Amino acid sequence: MPTVAMTVNGKAVAGTVEGRTLLVQFLREHLKLTGTHVGCDTSQCGCCTVHLNGTGVKSCTVLALACAGASVVTIEGLADGDTLHPMQEAFREHHGLQCGFCTPGMIMSAVDMVRRKGNDLDAQTIRKQLEGNICRCTGYHNIVLAVQAGAAAMKTAKA
Amino acid sequence: MYDFDYHKPAHRADADTLLGRDNYKPLAGGMSLLPALKLRLNRHDGLVDLGALSDLQGIRRDGDAMVIGAMTTHATVAASDLLQQALSALCVLAEGIGDPLVRNRGTLGGSIANADPGADYPAAVLGLGATVITNRREIAGDAFFTGLFETALHSGEMITAVRFPLPQKAGYAKYRQPASRFAITGVFVAQTVAGVRVAVTGAGPSVFRFAAAEAALTRRFDAAALEGLTLAPEGLNSDIHAGADYRAHCVVEMTRRAVIAAG
Ligand SMILES: Cc1cc2nc3c(=O)[nH]c(=O)nc-3n(C[C@H](O)[C@H](O)[C@H](O)COP(=O)(O)OP(=O)(O)OC[C@H]3O[C@@H](n4cnc5c(N)ncnc54)[C@H](O)[C@@H]3O)c2cc1C
Ligand code: FES
Ligand code: FES
Repeated sequence: MPTVAMTVNGKAVAGTVEGRTLLVQFLREHLKLTGTHVGCDTSQCGCCTVHLNGTGVKSCTVLALACAGASVVTIEGLADGDTLHPMQEAFREHHGLQCGFCTPGMIMSAVDMVRRKGNDLDAQTIRKQLEGNICRCTGYHNIVLAVQAGAAAMKTAKA
Repeated sequence: MYDFDYHKPAHRADADTLLGRDNYKPLAGGMSLLPALKLRLNRHDGLVDLGALSDLQGIRRDGDAMVIGAMTTHATVAASDLLQQALSALCVLAEGIGDPLVRNRGTLGGSIANADPGADYPAAVLGLGATVITNRREIAGDAFFTGLFETALHSGEMITAVRFPLPQKAGYAKYRQPASRFAITGVFVAQTVAGVRVAVTGAGPSVFRFAAAEAALTRRFDAAALEGLTLAPEGLNSDIHAGADYRAHCVVEMTRRAVIAAG
């Protein structure tokens, strides 16, 4: 079986996989990074969103072998030690979750949104840009508030 | 998903050789192929990931046309300044595909090779009279889509780029399936040196030209010229999202909106 090596959350990792092994399986089953969730496994829900070389992707629809040599960041890699990432902090502050199942994907997707659309996001933009992430609990209201606040906080955090 | 051999060649020549093997298929963004493999709708002995082939990437102007590499993602097309100035209807189309995470991975080449009846890009390829460039030949957009999930591509053939001639005006409008965002009906309208072209996706088994609308818009390129125009529902798609009658109505309405979008 082929082996694959990549960087996950800043650490060099390697493993033996099959051609068909998905990135999400490699993360969850090989590396035991279970923060990345599988909601649908049909590329619809976005619970499995991670950053692949800085870009948000659905890790249930990327092959592990395709990530050889790449840098992957998961929800476990966002915080700085005990200090939450500003987007995580905003979800906590604004109660942007209920059961929390969709939350890792929402947060990874929200950080990708800031990369693409900047720090000043209106509610309409956020709703449109969250189309790839489905939440069955919250009705999105607080998620939108959290993303808006988190995006703004990321600007200050950077400065 | 059945297992397969995975290859990611760094050079075009190696990709060509691998694709010559029996039951080997190109892998682009994987956004259609991997879900199909998971459902075991397909089974391949090998996948040839085109992700390392840098000459399949990018957007450039070539005289009176824009040439877009097969592996260019929907997100890159949507955000391209060059296209925004020269062919903004294509940016609108790409920005409307799926969701941001799908657009980060999905590619132009993968979309047209897949030829999903509800896919957006086929409307632009047919609507602009584009040329599909492969590792073996050039295929006219008019001859590329041959049926439901069917194209003129031969086995082992790989799309390298698409050449879109620049129109005088162009617009795209789609009525999207709200969950998947695929087109229930999408219409690409272009006014070109060779005449007006109207291409319809989502409504039939494969993308097609709407001749009556082309004739009306040739007389006058204005939404009012479509007044009273209808399309017969025979042969159009009918599913849980929309019946053939409804789609026939949508075709005319989306044509009207595409003309308005073209300005
Ligand atoms: C949730 C979701 C929503 C979507 N919504 C839309 C939508 O609204 N509109 C829309 O148009 N599409 C939509 N799509 C499909 C999306 O656009 C896909 O990206 C696209 O159809 C396939 O592109 P890909 O690069 O992912 O190709 P892949 O999935 O990698 O490949 C698709 C097929 O094309 C072949 N192929 C790929 N590249 C080449 C090449 N260069 N030469 C020859 N053959 C090739 C493959 O062998 C395979 O058969 C959606 C997908 C998902 C998952
Ligand atoms: S688990 Fe990947 S999109 Fe739902
Ligand atoms: S918080 Fe439960 S699915 Fe979103």
